[in-house]
Amino acid sequence: MNDSLIAYTLHLADNTLILAQQNSAWCGHGPILEQDIAITNISLDILGQARNFYQYAAQIINAAEAPSPLERAGGEVTEDSLAFLRDNREFKNCLLVEQENGDWGKTILRQFIFSNYQYLLYEELQHSSDEQLAAIATKALKEVAYHLRWSSEWVIRLGDGTEESHQRMKNAIEELWQYVDELFINAAYENELLHENIAVDVSSLKNKWLAKTKEVFDEATLQIPQNVFARTGGKQGIHTEKLGYILAEMQFMQRAYPNSVW
Amino acid sequence: MPDITKEKILSILETVPDPEVPVLSIIDLGIVRKIEIYDAVQKPPSGGVGITITPTYTGCPAMDVINMNIRMVLLENGFKNIEIKNVLSPAWTTDWMSEAGKQKLKAYGIAPPNTKQIVCAVDAFQEDEAVQCPHCNSYNTQIISRFGSTACKALYKCNDCHEPFDYFKCH
Repeated sequence: MNDSLIAYTLHLADNTLILAQQNSAWCGHGPILEQDIAITNISLDILGQARNFYQYAAQIINAAEAPSPLERAGGEVTEDSLAFLRDNREFKNCLLVEQENGDWGKTILRQFIFSNYQYLLYEELQHSSDEQLAAIATKALKEVAYHLRWSSEWVIRLGDGTEESHQRMKNAIEELWQYVDELFINAAYENELLHENIAVDVSSLKNKWLAKTKEVFDEATLQIPQNVFARTGGKQGIHTEKLGYILAEMQFMQRAYPNSVW
Repeated sequence: MPDITKEKILSILETVPDPEVPVLSIIDLGIVRKIEIYDAVQKPPSGGVGITITPTYTGCPAMDVINMNIRMVLLENGFKNIEIKNVLSPAWTTDWMSEAGKQKLKAYGIAPPNTKQIVCAVDAFQEDEAVQCPHCNSYNTQIISRFGSTACKALYKCNDCHEPFDYFKCH
C-alpha cells in the first residue's frame, strides 16, 4: 500500500510541477500584460500544489521502515530532492503536461484539458480517506475553478475569434488530443488504492469531462475529434522526448552545483 | 522564558505583518489557527510554544517569510523552543479575515473581499460580482483581470474616479 501511495502522490506532484514549469516559461512573453500575469499566477498556484504533494511524499518515504528504492543514499528525502534529483523514468506525470507550449492557443488548450480534468479529480479527491491528499485537494479546488474558467473563456475567445485563431485552435487540438485519454486510464498504483478509497477512479471522470468540453467547444465552434489513437505511458514513467529537455533545464542548477541553496 | 499566556503571544503575533500586504497582521488575515504553550515535561528542558498556521493560497510565497517572521519575533521576545506547524485543513477562507483587517485593507487602497462570500464558479463569461472602489466608494467598477499582482488579488478599475485598484478576492 505504501509504495502505491508514494507513487500516486508523486504522480499528482509531477503532473503539477511539470505543468507549472511549462507555464512559467510564458513569464514576460504573454500576449498582453494581464494575461502574462494570469498564466504565471496559474503556474504559481499549480506549483504550490506540487510542493504540498512532494512534501507529503517525502514525509511518507522518510517514515517508511524499509528503505524505498526512491530514497537517495545518505540523507532525508525532501520536496527539493524529489523535484530536482529524480530522473526521467521516475517521473509519473501524464504526457499532456510535458508537451511544448507552442503558441498561446496550444498553451490555453493544454490548460483547459488539464484544469477540466483536475477540477473533477479534486472534487473527488476531497473525499479521499487519506486526510492529507483530501486536504490538499480541498485547498486547491477554489483556485482550480479560476483556472478552468479562465482557460474555458480563452478557448471560446480563440475558437470563435478570427479565422487565424480558429485555425490555431484546430491545430492545437490535433496536436494534443492524443494525450487526452491517458488522463482517464488508471495506473496500477491508482487501481491498488481504489478499494481503500484513497485514489480517485479517473475512468469515472471521463463522461463529465467530455460534457464540459463539449459545452465549451460548442461555444467555441470547435469539434471534439473522434477515434484518436491514445498515447500513454507517462504515468508509468515512459515519457515523450520532451520531458528530458524540461528536466535538463529545471534540474541544471542542482545537478551542476549539488546542494546549492538560494 | 517570560511569563506566558496565550493573550501575550497573540499580542506579539499581531505585530507580524503579511509581507505582501503589510497593513494586515497575520491575525487580521486569520491564518493563525492555534497557539499552544508547552511545559517543561512536554518540551524539555524548559517548555516552549507551538503556533499553527494555515496558508492563504496554495502557492503563496509569503508563507515561508511568515514562518520565519513568527520565529524571529518570538525569539526577540525571549521565547525558546518555537514550533511552527503548517496545516491545510480546514482550508483558509477570506471569511476568517477580521473586520478590522478589512477596514485596514480599504484604507490602504485594496478593496476588501465582499461580505457575501462569492467564489469563482467555473462557467465561462458570467457576470462578475460588484466590487466597491476603495477610493471613491462607487460600485460602478469593472474587472480587468481575475489575476492580479499576487495570487490573492484581482485587478479592477473604477468607471467613476478612473483609478485602477486591487481587489482581495473571496477564497
